[in-house]
Amino acid sequence: MSEPRRSAMELEAEAASWLERRDGDSWSEDDQEKLDAWLKEPAQRLAYLRLYAAWNYADRLAALRRAPAGQPAARRPSNFLIVQIAAAVLAVVLLGGIAARFATRPEMRSYHTAIGARELVSFADGTKIELNTDTLIRTQMTTASRTVWLDRGEAYFQVKHDPAHPFTVMIGNKRVTDLGTDFIVRRDAARLEVAVVRGAVRYDAAKQTAMLAPGDVVTASGGMMSKSKEPVRQLLRQLSWRRGVLVFDNTTLADAAEEFNRYNREKLIVIDPAAARLTIGGTFPAEDVSSFTDVAQDVLGLRIERHGEDIVISH
Amino acid sequence: MGEKPDSEGARAQALGADMIVSEADAWFMREVLPLEATLMLFLRQNWRNRAEIADLRQEVYMRVYEAALKEIPEQTKAFVLATARNLLIDRVRKESVIPFEIVTDLEALGIASEQAGPEHTIIARDALRRLTSALDRLPPRCREAVVLRKIEGLSRREIAHRMGIAEFTVNRHLTEGMRALADILYGELPERGRGK
Repeated sequence: MSEPRRSAMELEAEAASWLERRDGDSWSEDDQEKLDAWLKEPAQRLAYLRLYAAWNYADRLAALRRAPAGQPAARRPSNFLIVQIAAAVLAVVLLGGIAARFATRPEMRSYHTAIGARELVSFADGTKIELNTDTLIRTQMTTASRTVWLDRGEAYFQVKHDPAHPFTVMIGNKRVTDLGTDFIVRRDAARLEVAVVRGAVRYDAAKQTAMLAPGDVVTASGGMMSKSKEPVRQLLRQLSWRRGVLVFDNTTLADAAEEFNRYNREKLIVIDPAAARLTIGGTFPAEDVSSFTDVAQDVLGLRIERHGEDIVISH
Repeated sequence: MGEKPDSEGARAQALGADMIVSEADAWFMREVLPLEATLMLFLRQNWRNRAEIADLRQEVYMRVYEAALKEIPEQTKAFVLATARNLLIDRVRKESVIPFEIVTDLEALGIASEQAGPEHTIIARDALRRLTSALDRLPPRCREAVVLRKIEGLSRREIAHRMGIAEFTVNRHLTEGMRALADILYGELPERGRGK
C-alpha cells in the first residue's frame, strides 16, 4: 500500500457527505456508480459503513414521529386521554401537512391509522388495502398506473391484477410490483418485510430484483437483504391483526413485547436478557396488554412493574 | 410482464438492498462497531497523544477488516483488542516514542472476555432512549436538522425551507449530526450501567 494514509477525520467527513447525498431526492444511478467506486477503497468503505450503521440505527427515532419534537416522553398515566387527543390533533396536523405538500399532484390521497387502529381502504377497481396499526400510505390512481407509497407501518394488499394498469408499492427507494397478488408489506424504522400470500410480486431495490411466489418473504434491514420461505399458513397467522389479535407460537418474550408495543401507547420493556429469551404461545387481543402481562406474571412467574406508560418485566 | 415467478429469486439472496454488503461488511457492522467504546477506552488508556486516537481506531478497523476478508475471526472482541495492542506496539517500535506501559496482558484489563462488557444487547426502548439522549447533546441547529430528517422525514430542501437556511448548510448540519451520533452511539459507554 503506497498511497498516503488519509486521516480518519478526513475520511469520515467525505463518507458523511456521500451518505447525506444518498439520502436525498436528487440521487441518480450515476451517483450510485460513483459511490460504488469510492467504496472499493477499504479505508473509505469502513468510514462509510460506520456512519451508515449509526445513521440507519437513528431511523428508530421515527418512532417518535407523532410526539412533539423536544418532548418525546409525554407520558403521565392520568393524562392518557389528553395524550390521545393531542396525538389525534397532531395526526390531523400531520395529514394536513402531507395533503398540502402533495396538493399540486392530482389524485394523490393519504390514509393513516393511529396506534392500535386498523382500516380497510377499498378502491373502485376492486383492490383492497388493509392498514395495520400506526400506518401511513399515500395513493395515486391514474388512468395509466396505480401507485401506493407505504411511508410507515404495515399493510395487506389484495390487488385486482390488471396488466394494463400496473400496481406498484413504493417503500423508500424500494419497489414492489404486483403480478396478480395478495401480499403484505411491513415497514419498521429499521426493517422492511415483503411477504406474498397468493400470486406473485416483483421486488426491486437499488440494483437487485427478486421474483416472489407464495410463501416467499424478503427482509431488508441495515442495507442487507435476505429471502426466505415460510409456510403460507404461517403468513396467514401473521395476518391475525386483521382480526385484532396477535398470535404467538414459540415466540420470545422480547419479540412478543415488541409486537404489543406496535399497537399500544403503553410500552412493554423486558429488562433482563434471560426473561427476554423465554418463549410463549397463545392468542391475545392486540390492545389488551394486561392479558399478556397476566400470562407473564402467572405462568412465567415474572415481575411486572408499572412506571407511567412503561411496563417493566423482569425476573 | 411475462417473468416466471421465482426464477431470479436465489440470485438476489444475501445481496445488499441499499448497498451490496459482503460478509466482512456485515461482520464489521454487527460485531466490531459495538466494541468501539471498549476499543476507545483501551486506546486512550494506552496512548499518550489524544490527537492520534481516531487514526489509530481507523487503523485497527483496517487491520481487522482485512483479516475478515480472508476469514471471519471467531472471537471478535479478543481479536480486535489484540490487534489494537499489536498496533500500539508496532507504533512504539517504529517511532521510538516513549510509551505508556502498554498492557500486553489483555486478561489483566478484564476486557478481553467475550461475555460481559458495556456492549450488552440493547432492548428496543433503551435504544430509543439512548438515541434521544444522544440527540439532546448535538448543537441546537444540527439537532434541529437531524430531527427534521429522521423524525419528520423531510428532504434537504424542505429542511432548508423550514429552518430558513441554505441547502448546503443543511448538508453541513446533517453530516455533522451523523458523525456526532456515530461517536456517541459507538464510541461512548452507555451513560448508565445496564445488565451487570
